[in-house]
Amino acid sequence: MIKFIFKAIIRDKNRSLLPVIIISIGVFLTIALSGYLNGVLGDMVDQTARFDTGHMKIMSKAYAENKDQIPNDLALMGVGEITESLKKDYPNYRWVNRIRFGGLIDAPNSMGGSKGQGPASGIAIDLFSSSGDEVNRMNIKNALVDGALPTKSMEILIGHEFAKKMALNIGDEITYMGTTMNGSMCFGSFTISGTLSFGVVAMDKGMIIADISDVRRLLDMDDAAGEILGFSRDEHYYDEKVALVEKAFNEKYLDSKDEFAPIMLRLKEQNNMGSYLDYVNSFSSLFVIIFVIVMSIVLWNTGLIGGLRRYKEFGIRLALGEDKGHIFRSLIYEATLIGIIGSIVGTLLGVIFTFYLQTHGIDISDMTTDATMMMSTVLRSKFTPKLLYIGFIPGVFAMVLGNMLSGLGIYKRETATLFKELEV
Amino acid sequence: MKKIIIALILSFVASCLFAQDAIMIIKRVDDNMISKTQIVESQMLIYGRRKTRTVVSKSYTEGKDKSFTEYLSPAREKGTKMLKLKDRLWIYSPSTDRTIQLSGHMLRQSVMGSDLSYEDMMEDREMTDMYSAEVVGEEIIDGRKTWILELKAKVDDVAYYSRKIWVDTERYVPLKEELFAKSGQLLKRVSLTDITKVDGRWYPQKMNYKDVLKTGKGTDFIIIDIQFNTKIPTYIFNKASLRK
Repeated sequence: MIKFIFKAIIRDKNRSLLPVIIISIGVFLTIALSGYLNGVLGDMVDQTARFDTGHMKIMSKAYAENKDQIPNDLALMGVGEITESLKKDYPNYRWVNRIRFGGLIDAPNSMGGSKGQGPASGIAIDLFSSSGDEVNRMNIKNALVDGALPTKSMEILIGHEFAKKMALNIGDEITYMGTTMNGSMCFGSFTISGTLSFGVVAMDKGMIIADISDVRRLLDMDDAAGEILGFSRDEHYYDEKVALVEKAFNEKYLDSKDEFAPIMLRLKEQNNMGSYLDYVNSFSSLFVIIFVIVMSIVLWNTGLIGGLRRYKEFGIRLALGEDKGHIFRSLIYEATLIGIIGSIVGTLLGVIFTFYLQTHGIDISDMTTDATMMMSTVLRSKFTPKLLYIGFIPGVFAMVLGNMLSGLGIYKRETATLFKELEV
Repeated sequence: MKKIIIALILSFVASCLFAQDAIMIIKRVDDNMISKTQIVESQMLIYGRRKTRTVVSKSYTEGKDKSFTEYLSPAREKGTKMLKLKDRLWIYSPSTDRTIQLSGHMLRQSVMGSDLSYEDMMEDREMTDMYSAEVVGEEIIDGRKTWILELKAKVDDVAYYSRKIWVDTERYVPLKEELFAKSGQLLKRVSLTDITKVDGRWYPQKMNYKDVLKTGKGTDFIIIDIQFNTKIPTYIFNKASLRK
């Protein structure tokens, strides 16, 4: 039966070509747009998690209230003990200490004066750990434009654009001026070991990355850190699981009146990420729903045109004694096959397009020269296994639904009037 | 009609007289607060949310353009020096042996984590040079009768666009100040206490600065010793003195 219908589809291109093209285009658009949204929106979530929020973040309650101001004077103390206890209690997550800090970077000239100055936003991470977790997580090796990773104390990485703006080279010394945890003025001399470009304008223009031990010494933050970040071992964010960890952790400090007691916030509760994640999740579903509705209407119409064109054929088949149900079913089998062919073609094209955009991306750096938000300058799609069925199933479903609606006309044919209609 | 014109003229004359009075008052305040030179040893009590720090410094000021400050304690701050020449400010750090010039928005940053900004520290001009004034009322503060004056900037390069000051009617010393941004947002409150007579002028020995955008009790600026119109060697106001 299938072989018979398949041959009919291949031989009578008028019957199949237009629906296959329509289905292919629809499926292609669904996959391409879903992949693009996955990539662009997901990339922003990933960037935010890796650089800022983690999958969960622990701060002191006082720090959390003003975290946008990076109030290191309110940072968590005794972080060594807290981190060890987290590692023991939640071994499925990796726990890291980070210090965010701001200040002024001054580049000395040969006379001891300044050849350039600029405000800097710093992140202190564990650069020298043997596992290299943080270096990998922040993709520092790939982001390195010039130079190398720091290998010794008081070496620093600096945003490539920042370095260019201040005419700094690898090996140059810079002076950092900022404020310690106790509010004292502090100065530190760092040597530039490398320049970085993350493709995130806000970071590339004013970022410095230093080792957390150096920064602890500089800012008088011994056994203190602004933030403890937790990441799941596969680096993917699972909100339900993280919510359980968050609940269990915060319950321990629920009755504490200490404003410096730790508090955990999961990714979804930081930086308005909750509504953003919901938006990302609902967008794909919205695409599929719109696609099915629009395609069904288009294919219903296509089916009706096909039905009209095959009006005589159905009449002859009915006149020869073929059952109406049989004709309807064969029409649905045919639609299913056409839907499958169109969906395969559309899925293939969509996946190829997604892989292309995943590899090459769309460079929007010219449009983001003055942007200050954390967004990538190269927009990339992202392939996920979900793309293999997100267009395919609705593609087949829409074709079948369209043909079912248009095929209902078969049941309205009267055998008594068939011969008159066929002008036999 | 005549009555209206007379009333208008009288109110105009009255407002001119009040303005004249206000200018006279802030001139008297300037006479108390500003001198040709000042050498001040002071301590800042910075009330943080975790702990209170005390920073001791010695400052030399000449006119409105020259100022030099050396921090004496605690150990973390000892040896840090600041030099102001006109509108430029340099900071010397002994730990890195570097002198860094601050400019732009950095001047609005807090000094040593206190409620004072570098701009606050740099402001040595007479108020009559920067503001127009108007008396808007009277109030009793700590048993002392004060005039309330509203000051509006008449030059562009001021740290605060407007101020409200409560001036002691007998001693011509401000007892309280509120400092505002151009938008009208209150930025800082200053209360001045322990008014004593030094070298024939009334001067507050303790000032509490409160940045209203920060939590906490603010910063106390307490004068340990103050000398007016003492000759200051010229080498003090030189960049070379930062590294000495």
